[in-house]
Amino acid sequence: MTSSDPVLEIAGAALRLRGRELWSGLDLSVRPGEFVAVLGPSGSGKTTLLRAVLGLQQLSAGEVRVGGSTARRGDRRIGYIPQQRPLPPGTSLRARDLVAMGINGTRFGLPIPRRGDRERVDALLDAVGATSYAEHPVGMLSGGEQQRLRVAQALADRPELLLCDEPLSSLDLANQQAVTAIIDRERRERDAAVLFVTHDVNPILDHVDRILYIAGGRFKLGTPEEVLRSDVLTALYGAPVEVLRMGGRLVVVGAPDADDHCAEAHLHEAPEEVGAA
Amino acid sequence: MRPLLEWSDVFSFEDYGALLQLVGNSVVAGAVLGIVGGLIGVFIVQRDMAFAVHGVSELSFAGAAAALLFGGSVVAGSLVGAVAAALLIGALGAKARDRNSIVGVLMPAGLGLGILFLSLYEGRSANRFSLLTGQIVSVSSPDLGWLIGIAVVVLAGLILVWNPLRFDSLDGQSAEARGVPSGAIAIVFMILLGLIVAVAVHIIGALLVMALLVTPAAAAMRVSHGPLGVPLLAALFGFVSAVGGILLAIAGTLPVSPYITTISFLIYLVCRVIAWRRDRALAVVGAPAVAPAAA
Repeated sequence: MTSSDPVLEIAGAALRLRGRELWSGLDLSVRPGEFVAVLGPSGSGKTTLLRAVLGLQQLSAGEVRVGGSTARRGDRRIGYIPQQRPLPPGTSLRARDLVAMGINGTRFGLPIPRRGDRERVDALLDAVGATSYAEHPVGMLSGGEQQRLRVAQALADRPELLLCDEPLSSLDLANQQAVTAIIDRERRERDAAVLFVTHDVNPILDHVDRILYIAGGRFKLGTPEEVLRSDVLTALYGAPVEVLRMGGRLVVVGAPDADDHCAEAHLHEAPEEVGAA
Repeated sequence: MRPLLEWSDVFSFEDYGALLQLVGNSVVAGAVLGIVGGLIGVFIVQRDMAFAVHGVSELSFAGAAAALLFGGSVVAGSLVGAVAAALLIGALGAKARDRNSIVGVLMPAGLGLGILFLSLYEGRSANRFSLLTGQIVSVSSPDLGWLIGIAVVVLAGLILVWNPLRFDSLDGQSAEARGVPSGAIAIVFMILLGLIVAVAVHIIGALLVMALLVTPAAAAMRVSHGPLGVPLLAALFGFVSAVGGILLAIAGTLPVSPYITTISFLIYLVCRVIAWRRDRALAVVGAPAVAPAAA
């Protein structure tokens, strides 16, 4: 395998949930160092796609290959950054312990630290700028601080592929930029590929190489300029949709939600932001 | 007229040495349960399962009562009841909300069955309610050996799955993504929980198991956050409660359990006060040191 071989290959993938086909015929190949954003309304199967790459869920059809082999649970070449869910104030965990679980969390047997564990955790804390609060209980930290720790945990094994599931939601702008910068540095310096699920592409638009937009049972794959256009999204949603440029940000107006019966109300009422160019 | 309760009922150290020899094995059983209960309690609290422990203990009581009535081994009966209940709660109540309602349904059913078996039982009445409120000194020597053995097995199992169990308990979504077999971990944990609850039922009684399985860990989490500090303190608190309770109880004429529950509760109170004082001090001095890091 050479360095230019794709890290992630998805071929002929289809997803049916509760008898309804969300998408089919999805082909996606992600090269090392490539940043691919996955956009679409809630209920369009973005998170399921990530879970399939993690080997946690079967797709209805198609094949997912990571680094040339079929996706399986616990692949060390994958780092996973979840959505920010605040850890409760009383959680018996220090910042350093949350990061350390990325290293020792899957080890069975006597829970004794191994040589080099501490140095690795220190390096990871340093890489995300969390050294100053390394010994603080996580419950006392802000959402942005907790999310940096989750990024550090995901980087523990120097992954070739970073899967990000809405990692910026519920963060303020400064923390969105900080977390994005850490992820982007990881792909530039180590050539890690990034698959980034989000409902707002604005914070990452400067870094994105390609966009996979899933909506209305269809999808469109291409550069931001090819995908984030009124005519493309109108065809995708099957309803009139407009992409507007407002103060350096892109917003999508009129996008109906994919999954009406469990949709979040604000997506119907407010314009959905997708990008700034 | 003799008062209702004399001080010598609570503490009397006459013949203490001779009594201590008689209950030597009980002290060992209490010590092991205190340590293992404190350790597993850390995960019980982290997985938000205190109420489930209560449900498991009532079904363990029902199992023991059934064994008493039908002439089987009481320890085996409590084991079967506890492990079956733990697996049932684990299988049906993956989510906390489901789990609480399932425990709420199982608990009175188990308690009711147990009381039914006890009222049908015509043997020595002293045995009857010791299962509910505990009477370690009345447990026979071979049974004590079993209890100690089971607790040691739980300790070994706990150490074996420690890291993945901790990851799964504190950060389940990331643990699953990293390949921790969450389903298998949950089943193993429920079996270990069932085993230790069955042990605790005999030592402290079905109604009071939480004093050794939940309180020590909850107290430890008040004063520590570290991966070593919390389990070590929880084990120490459990040990002090169980052994201290038994040693005090043999000096008086009261049952063991009130001593254990009181010590364990007092430790918890002290830990809360310590945490409160520390947090108040942090709020005055330490807060500015934490806040700027948020940027």
